[in-house]
Amino acid sequence: MIELKDVSKTFTLHNQGSAAIEVISGVSFSVAPGECVALTGASGAGKSTLMRKIYRSYLTQSGAIRIGGVDLVQAEPREVIALRRDVLGYVSQFLRVVPRVPTLDVVAEPLRALGVPVDEAQARAQELLSQLNIPQRLWSLSPTTFSGGEQQRVNIARGFAHAYPAMLLDEPTASLDAENREIVLSLIEEARARGAAIIGIFHDEAARARVCNGEIDVSCFTPEVAA
Amino acid sequence: MSDYNFAYLDEQTKRMIRRAILKGLAIPGYQVPFASREMPMPYGWGTGGVQVSAAVLTPDDTLKVIDQGADDTTNAVSIRSFFERTAGVETTTTTQEATVIQTRHRIPEEPLSEDQILVYQVPIPEPLRFLEPRESETRKMHALEEYGLMHVKLYEDIARHGHIATSYAYPVKVEGRYVMDPSPIPKFDNPKLGDMPAIQLFGAGREQRIYALPPYTQVVSLDFQDHTFEASKADQVCGLCGAEDSYLDEVIIDDKGGRLFCCSDTDYCEGRRARGYKGPAFPGSEVAA
Amino acid sequence: MTPLLSVQGVTKHYGAHIGCADVSFDLYPGEVMGIVGESGSGKSTLLNCMAGHLPPDAGQVIFDTRGDGPRDTLTMSEPERRMLGRTDWAFVHQHARDGLRMGVSAGGNVGERLMAVGARHYGDIRERATDWLDRVEIDSDRVDDRPTTFSGGMQQRLQIARNLVTGPRLVFMDEPTGGLDVSVQARLLDLLRGLVRDMGLSAIIVTHDLAVVRLLADRLMVMKSGRVVEAGLTDQVLDDPQHPYSQLLVSSVLQV
Repeated sequence: MIELKDVSKTFTLHNQGSAAIEVISGVSFSVAPGECVALTGASGAGKSTLMRKIYRSYLTQSGAIRIGGVDLVQAEPREVIALRRDVLGYVSQFLRVVPRVPTLDVVAEPLRALGVPVDEAQARAQELLSQLNIPQRLWSLSPTTFSGGEQQRVNIARGFAHAYPAMLLDEPTASLDAENREIVLSLIEEARARGAAIIGIFHDEAARARVCNGEIDVSCFTPEVAA
Repeated sequence: MSDYNFAYLDEQTKRMIRRAILKGLAIPGYQVPFASREMPMPYGWGTGGVQVSAAVLTPDDTLKVIDQGADDTTNAVSIRSFFERTAGVETTTTTQEATVIQTRHRIPEEPLSEDQILVYQVPIPEPLRFLEPRESETRKMHALEEYGLMHVKLYEDIARHGHIATSYAYPVKVEGRYVMDPSPIPKFDNPKLGDMPAIQLFGAGREQRIYALPPYTQVVSLDFQDHTFEASKADQVCGLCGAEDSYLDEVIIDDKGGRLFCCSDTDYCEGRRARGYKGPAFPGSEVAA
Repeated sequence: MTPLLSVQGVTKHYGAHIGCADVSFDLYPGEVMGIVGESGSGKSTLLNCMAGHLPPDAGQVIFDTRGDGPRDTLTMSEPERRMLGRTDWAFVHQHARDGLRMGVSAGGNVGERLMAVGARHYGDIRERATDWLDRVEIDSDRVDDRPTTFSGGMQQRLQIARNLVTGPRLVFMDEPTGGLDVSVQARLLDLLRGLVRDMGLSAIIVTHDLAVVRLLADRLMVMKSGRVVEAGLTDQVLDDPQHPYSQLLVSSVLQV
């Protein structure tokens, strides 16, 4: 489902004397449906960078990244947009909050983008929010004023609203207490069970051990900083 | 023999105006620009109508001039004597005897024939003017048949007054193509515009436009499907002749607020009275007061 | 799949000065394209050339029309282009006054496009106009009020309603939130997002505000001195800008 071949990334900082920083190079691995692979490595090794590249928020200088057969490196913008809508889900580390939009609509949005009718989308959103212990009285409020943990749970609810065949999870259990961590992990297990291919970054070793069946140590792909 | 060229204007000017008239007849409802001349009356006093009449009059014509239906107002009298002096034509107040009728803001009640020409005095020829002040834009709208804005005006009327409040200068569509301002005639007169056997010519002197309706032209007043056009008039009969179907003027007759409704078309009213009809203003008439 | 709009080599000079130079891109149905740049970047020139307000010196703007397939709008006759402007295209001006008839009621403003394409039933027109006022969150009992009595934000929302009532497929927007208070901007952007999604609109939005594109646009073009220096997915251009100018632009935005 997810396949990386010889992927590398260089940042060129034009406004700092054009310093070129090669962050990672030569990354190759694949994730089949139902598998969950963890990206490991020290902080700064390039885990989030790699995840962003797979989501295509970052450009890839060389190599191929195939999701369900579509090579993101070569794809047209509209193909990527379609892929993100239907196939590839991404739960980032921080919830990017759009001001004024109620929590329920934030979570329902990925389904609405797929053309799911309002009632159905909101019903599913309600289901997830309840599962993640977000009280009903918060559903009509914008998540801007929520605590870190609450925002993270809203973020996860949104990420799991649609049954994506491929998912990228960046620290999904950070800032969560034991109970909620448990719920998130079971959501991940459910996703695996229905055949999703998942790549995740987990600082928590126990969580990693629980849901992942493989690990990629990203620091192997980190070259020396260019002189 | 007068010192003036026939009908005041020089022959070249009349030719230019006739060309404009022909073009107007060929494209019913389309406003043809023309080089309006300085006339011996100010703008706003019928110079357009006078120029058109001058261009179409021949020495054998009989001219009638009416102002809001009346032959005896100052302006009607002035214009009539103007042509008596400069063209030496016969004049009349009887509609059926006239061959050319110049009118300000009314269509005669008597149906006209194929041997007659009706010349209207027009203040503002452009029906869209008050909605769209730019001439460049209104010309495009006419050229491209973009008349949505006209209906916006009628929409606004209904929104504000509950019904289409435009009661005169009611816009019409000519032969399904051009939207035209029929000059400030009451909307009661609009139905007479269509399928008229006479030639209808419209002259705007200050604005320098001529437009025309050839005989038997299709003319439809604009409206909405659920607010249809009504040719309405005061719900009264003529106090003098008892006519039920003519457009009426309301005249205050004393300082106690007494009023009389009477035919705006003076010739029509006189004709009826001459035939013995009497309205409720006369005691003992057939029509109840 | 046929692009909804295919812009090819659009160039406009003002004497020796470049307005915009050789801009090309394809826009597909349902996509929102943001064009960002600072003052003088050529983004408004480009927008006006595409929308038919300004004749470019070179290039083609090919629109996939409903009836005749892809047609170059620059070579269309004026009646055709004006018809397009009333049906499939919409243009939201920066200043609502430029896009509204200030002397006509709100209902009349929204109803005008309907009447321009032949609607002749007063009751229906009024109902549709009222419905749209509702959708843009204007109180429906303001339907007979003139826009002169509306606030700036309301005028802008009225402009949007007026443009969208005939269900256009492509909307051009020139700084739609410019000059509005921050909270009003937020409300307007929400509204636009919802409408774009619900109506499946494609849009081209010119703005200098990166937050607006982050929120509304799928794709982004960065312009400088009349040229497109970078183009791509919005989040990619904003998170991983490649061109020096894009990097400068992104790093200059204050984080609140």
